[in-house]
This record gives sequence, C-alpha cells and structure tokens, in this order.
Amino acid sequence: MERTTPARDDARNDVSTRDLSPRAGEHADGSAAKPDAEGTAVFRLEGVSVAYGGVTAVDEVTFALREHEITAFIGPSGCGKSTLIRCLNRMNDLIPSASVHGSVLYHDQDLYADDVDPVQVRKRIGMVFQKPNPFPKSIFENIAFGPRVLGMKGDMSEIVEGALRKAALWDEVKDRLKTNAFGMSGGQQQRLCIARTMAIEPDVILMDEPCSALDPISTGAIEELMLDLKDRYSIIIVTHNMQQAARVSDRTAFFNVDKLEAGKRVGKLVEFAATEKIFTTPDDKRTEAYVTGKFG
Amino acid sequence: MPSGQRPGGITRVRTRRSVGEQAIKGLLAAAAVLSVLTTTGIVVTLVVESVPFFEIVAIGDFFFGTDWAPLAGGEQQSFGVVPLIWSTLYLTGVGLLVAIPVGLGVGVYLAEYASPRVRRTLKPIVETLAGIPTIVFGYFALTFFTPEILKGFLGLEVSVFNGLSAGIILGILVLPTIASVSEDAMSAVPQSLREGAFGLGAAKWQVVVRVVFPAALSGIVAALVLGASRAIGETVVILVAAGNNPNLTFDLTTAHQTMAAFIANTARSDVAAGSIAFATIFVVGLTLFVLTFAVNIVAIRFVRRYRQVYD
Amino acid sequence: MAVAETDIARKVVQRASSGERSRDLLFRSSLMLCLFIAVIFLGVLLVDVAADGVGFLSLEFLTSFPSRIDPQSSGIQSALLGTLYLMGLCALFIVPIGVASAVYLEEYADNERWYNRLIEVNIQNLASVPSVVYGILGLAFIVRGPIDIFGLGVGQPTLLAGALTLGLLVLPVVIIVSREAIRAVPPSIREGSLALGATQWQTIWKQVLPGALPGVATGVILALSRAIGETAPLILVGAAAFQRFNPTLDGQFSALPIQIFNNVGEPAGVFRDLAAATIIVLLVILLLMNSAAIMLRNRYEQKW
Repeated sequence: MERTTPARDDARNDVSTRDLSPRAGEHADGSAAKPDAEGTAVFRLEGVSVAYGGVTAVDEVTFALREHEITAFIGPSGCGKSTLIRCLNRMNDLIPSASVHGSVLYHDQDLYADDVDPVQVRKRIGMVFQKPNPFPKSIFENIAFGPRVLGMKGDMSEIVEGALRKAALWDEVKDRLKTNAFGMSGGQQQRLCIARTMAIEPDVILMDEPCSALDPISTGAIEELMLDLKDRYSIIIVTHNMQQAARVSDRTAFFNVDKLEAGKRVGKLVEFAATEKIFTTPDDKRTEAYVTGKFG
Repeated sequence: MPSGQRPGGITRVRTRRSVGEQAIKGLLAAAAVLSVLTTTGIVVTLVVESVPFFEIVAIGDFFFGTDWAPLAGGEQQSFGVVPLIWSTLYLTGVGLLVAIPVGLGVGVYLAEYASPRVRRTLKPIVETLAGIPTIVFGYFALTFFTPEILKGFLGLEVSVFNGLSAGIILGILVLPTIASVSEDAMSAVPQSLREGAFGLGAAKWQVVVRVVFPAALSGIVAALVLGASRAIGETVVILVAAGNNPNLTFDLTTAHQTMAAFIANTARSDVAAGSIAFATIFVVGLTLFVLTFAVNIVAIRFVRRYRQVYD
Repeated sequence: MAVAETDIARKVVQRASSGERSRDLLFRSSLMLCLFIAVIFLGVLLVDVAADGVGFLSLEFLTSFPSRIDPQSSGIQSALLGTLYLMGLCALFIVPIGVASAVYLEEYADNERWYNRLIEVNIQNLASVPSVVYGILGLAFIVRGPIDIFGLGVGQPTLLAGALTLGLLVLPVVIIVSREAIRAVPPSIREGSLALGATQWQTIWKQVLPGALPGVATGVILALSRAIGETAPLILVGAAAFQRFNPTLDGQFSALPIQIFNNVGEPAGVFRDLAAATIIVLLVILLLMNSAAIMLRNRYEQKW
C-alpha cells in the first residue's frame, strides 16, 4: 500500500505532520510495536481511573485493546464500563466534574496530553450511543454533516452513498434520502448513526450499548454489521447482553462493582481475555458467576 | 489496511478554526455582558444626575416633605416626595384589591376546574388581555370607565381625572400576571397530593383551598408580588386617567399622581435641561427604581422557592 | 386503631353531604364570576374602542398626516411609519444580541463562576424594571448623553435612540425565551455532533440554533409585541406627536402609542375618537404579529 510520509526524522520532530496511524508492526515513532500475541494494540490503558466530582467511578484499569477486533466490555450496572469507553474518545470532557487519571495511549500517543485536540481525537475515534440520536434533518444531511464540518473533500453524494452502503442501509433508504431521519424505525436510525460515523472515516468505532433500545431483529442486523466492519475498523462495544458479547466479540473485558468501606462502590476490571475463554473457562470466580447468570 | 489514515497528529494545532472558536466565545460573552452594562447604566445615570439635586434639597425635606411642587415658582416650589410615594402605593393597593381576588380566581379556575377545551379558549383570552398596550387601558379608563361606569352606572361623584378609575383599571391590567403565574404554580402541584385528599373524602373546594393552595403558596405569593411590581411601575394609565396633580389624600374621586406618571409628565413638558426641576426626573426615578428593585428581590426569592420545590 | 380511623373516615364522608355540595357550587360559581369579570372587561374594552374609532378608519386615515387643527382630515401616516421603523430597528438590535447572550449563557458559561451568575441575576432584574426607567436611561445616555450613535445627532430624539431604548427594554424577554428554546434541544444532539468531530461552535451553529429557531422566532415576536405598545419610554426619549412629515433615521420621529396618547390628551371629543381609530390600527398590527407567532409555532415547532 502506497503512502507518502515525510522522512522519519522530520516526522518524529514535526508534530503537526506526524502520521498518526502506524504501519503494521510499528509504532508511530518508528520503533517496533509489541504485538500482543496476534495484533497490534490500538489502545493501551495503564492504571486508568475516572472520578466524577471526586468520587471514583472506575479504578485502576490496565489492558491493551487490539485493532481489527471487536472488544466487548461487560459487567453489572454501575461497574463503569460506559464511563471507561467514553474516556477513549474524550467524551468525558463534556462532563465538567469528570477527571481522568492514568495513561490512555492511542497508537502510543497520550490521548490526554495537554496539547491534544479533542476534536482531532473524535475524528479518528467515533461513537455510537445507546439511544439512536439522528439529527432532525434529512437522511442525506445526517450523513453529510460530519464530512462537511471536517472539510472532507469529495462528492458528497458519493460519500453519503458509500457510508450508507457500508452500514447496509443504502437499499432501504436510497429513494428517500431527503426525508427526515426521524421518520425511520429505531433500528434504521441506529444504523444511520453508524453510517454517519463511518462517513468521517474513523479508525475506531466505540459503541455504548448500541442495541439496548432496539428490537431483536434490528439487533441482529447491527450485530451482523459489526462483524462485517471488523476488517476496516477496530470496534469496542459496551453491552449488558452477555449473549451479544459472546456472539460478536473476539475479546471480552469483564468489569465488576467492588464495595468499599462506608458504602462506596467503585468499578474494577476483573478479567480480560479471549471471549471464548471468558465464557467457558474463566480464571476468576466472579467472572464465572456473572457469565453463568448468578448475578448481574 | 485500516481505514482512517489521516496525516497529522491528534495534537492541538493552532488552526484558524481554533482561534475563531475563542473569538466567538468572546463575542458571545460580550453580548451577555450588555445586561450588566444596562443595569450599571441605569444606576449610574440615576445616581449621578441626582447628586446635584441633593446638594440643593435636603434629603429629609425630600423624603419626608408632603408638598410636591417642583415646577412652581419661588416660594411655592417644594420637593417633598411623600404625595408621589403615597399615590403610587395607594393606587397600587386599589388595583391589587381588584387584581388579587379576580386574578387568583381565574388562576384557580384554569388550574383546577377548567376542562382542556375550556382552557384552550380561556388561556388565549387571558393572554390577549395581557398583551393589550397600556395606553389602550388608559384610553378606556378616561373615556369609558369614568364617565359611563363610575359616573353613569354607579352614579359616583368623581372628577374627570380620578384615582378610583385609574386604580381599578390598573388592577385589570395587572390581573393577567397574577392569573398566569398562580395558575402555573398550582398546576405544578403533583396530582398525588390531590388524590390523597380526595381519597379521604374531601370535597373539591376543600382540596383546592386546603391542599393545592398551601402547596403552591410560594408561587402564589410570587404572582402577587410580581403583580404589585408591575402596578408600581405603571405610567401611562395613571397619566391618562388620574391627572397630573399630586394629592396626598385618601380621596379617590380626585386626581392623583404617582412617581412614574410624574416622571413621564415632566419629561414631556418644557423643562430646561440641567435645571433642578429637570433633575427631579432622575431623583424620582431613583426612588422608583429602588422601590421596584426591593419588591422584585422579594418576588424572585419566592419564584425560586416555588420552582425548586417540585423540580 | 382501626376503629378510630373508620370513625374519622365516616365523619369525613358524612361531611361530604348536600351542605358540602352547595358550598362546592358556591366556590365554583365565585371562580366563574372572576372569569366572567375578566372576559367582560376585555369584551367591553374592545367593543368600546371599536365603536368609538371605526368611524375614522379609512385609507386616507392611514396615509394622511396628523393635524391638531383639522381633526377630520387627521391621519396617522407618520406615526405608523415611525412604529414600523422602530420595530425594524429594534429587531435588528435584539435578535443578534439576545440570541448571542442566550447562546453564551446556555452553551459556554460555567454556572459556578460568579460573573456568570451576576449576568443571570441582572437579566432577571432587568425584566422587572419599569419601562419608564428604561426611558430615563434612553434620555440620559442616548439622547442627551455620552453615546453619540454614528453621529446621528446627540441631543436629538432620533429613531435610533427610540429603537435602542425599546430594545433594551425587551431584551430580557428575548434572552429568556431563547434560552428556553436552546435548552429544549436535547443533549443527545450535541453529543452526536461532537462525537463526529465538530467543534462546539459548529455544533451550536449547525445543530442547536437551527433546532431552537422556532422558539427563538416566537420569542422575538413576543418581545416586539411588547415593544410596539410601549408609550412611557417614547415619551421620555422625546418622540413627537402631530408630526407632519415622515420619520427619518436621524430626525424627529413619531409612533402610534405616542399619537394615541396625545390625542387622548386633547380636550375636544373628536380627538378621542381619532385616538380610538389609532388604537384599532395598533391592535390589528398586534393581532397580525401574534397570529404570525402562533402559525410559526404550529408549523415549525420541533418535537423532540
């Protein structure tokens, strides 16, 4: 694959033109990447904790998430999985009382460094939310919004069609692109939101319980979509539906709620391994209890 | 190959766009600051222009004097503001005497008794009344209410310009404010409270008077205080219907002059700028501003209380 | 314990007898009487004005200049134009400033900061300051005082001065209504936009404001409806009556409420009728504005 990049030395020093995404097997600064068994890491978290107004919500998370995989976060409510996923594209910035500690590396760049622009982060790391949130505009305008504000060049109709095709939505809506997105069903709206995210050509797609507001048929359609998308994107999904995690994900992280003294509760990462292992022969007893339905 | 290869890092580049974002925030903040500037402007104007007045007229003479004749010549000139303050409060009182029962009555009816269909017709009527310019009320007071109702229908011996007409019409003017704010407050009372009382066998009027009303009390008080505030500051109705003579009296059949009416009347008469008579505009304005400011603080406190209770 | 409760319940139920029902009826009737009073007043007022003034309504009325000497040929053209110009200028002022303030307070301002809370308290207070005090501000600052607006004649009561004074008066209304309209846009829309890489201003300009637009427009019309009928500030600022030429930006101006006010003050009865006719014109304009607001709201209201 041909790509023009500036000379290695210049690239290392010139921050503004540093090519972010590494070549296979390499970090952005050219050093050899440490592949974790089968793939390179897109995210590396070390000792990450998130607190709201001084109260820790999730504590001491350390793991690496690989690219071109679907990673699932599972766990009972209150375990901090949504909080954690929102750290990965700096959406927690929107909550004034939130504070993030520890190190979050995206392709070995510190996501929370002082000179990092959250807007640039979100161009590369997209997010789909629990409740579908299309804009009150036409289907076309919904998809075109992202590319337009980011100043992406190209024929907008082509970009829109491309995104809708990737989301397996094109055939259903190609005749009504100018109709209001609110007229779509819930499942279609969510696929629209996914298409909207893909239109800006991100690197990673985060999904925060994307199917919990949808019916089973729409859920199935979106799960199929996720498996298709794995080749081009890295996907991280939060889900409270264990069967869904077992169906779609390659690796699964199980979070649990720890009870501290004085009635305080905090979320902690318990186990992180290949999905098959988590659901058949987990190392930790709590994981086993959760996946066998003993609680949660 | 992963899609989303994008040249350039995630680090903050000082683009034209980011500078623009900061500039926009600054512009927006400047617009919002205008409100502070307006208040400052009002206070500064009133105070600065009043200072020369109080160098000539003693504060005691102003606040406690009972003879208000700033435009008179020589020995007759007097600056006791009590008649203005008195008429302001007195006519407001007359107005509230009308506005409070009728306004609350309308508010209670709309909140507790009216069916959705009735509400749909009645609320616009109340809102229409609220939207009628005050000069129209003034016209009505002078050309219809005084001659046809007070003199004609009720056979009262009132002069052309009288405080009774102005006061009553003032009440009608303020009525929609009391009605809508109190209706708002009562509608906010949770249905569960009413149901609890009905469940005990209480009659509807008992539920309204003994349960809803007390529960909505902060809001209702807010409504009354807001109504009072509006009445205190009202200018044109008084100017048109109550005449231009300050009278320190209980007699409503004669002319009265409130602070606001005096200000407007002086401004449009031929008073030399910079003269002491001209300065009375600002001095009386300051007095009026302080009075309404105090009343408004009370109102806001009650509004905040009733908004908080069920949020 | 159960016995005592049923005793109380029985007493309560007993009380809800016919005596109770008649008291209920009495209460309800007195409430309806209040309604009746309010509605009757409105009705009588409108009928009285219409009856007094309809005789003078004609096209000539709208296109002639007022006259103190010959009331039969008196018209309201200068006042009508003055009012329309005032509203236009006022809108040009309150829309950008009001919406900008609302956007700042809702989207950018951190409520914990003292200066932002000061701004909010100020707006609340300004909403209840009497209109005549705004008139004093206009008189002192704009007409006679330090602010020379584009050299358009300090010391002269100009259209611009009148429009600015009225604008300051109704600005709190625009800000408060706009804030509500902006607040009604759900956070999920903003999240969706930001998650796509839009900046805060891009999100506001392309998603939030378009969504809030119907509410903002209704608020602006509401504000202008209030401004159009205000008399006291215009008296203070020096608007003229019986002006026999059309208003210009930098010259004397008149307006409908001032025309009405001065007609009412004339001793001869015919001027009262002229005032009534002018009132009818003013009320018709108000009716048109409110209908426009209702139509706007019904047609474009965003249901989230």
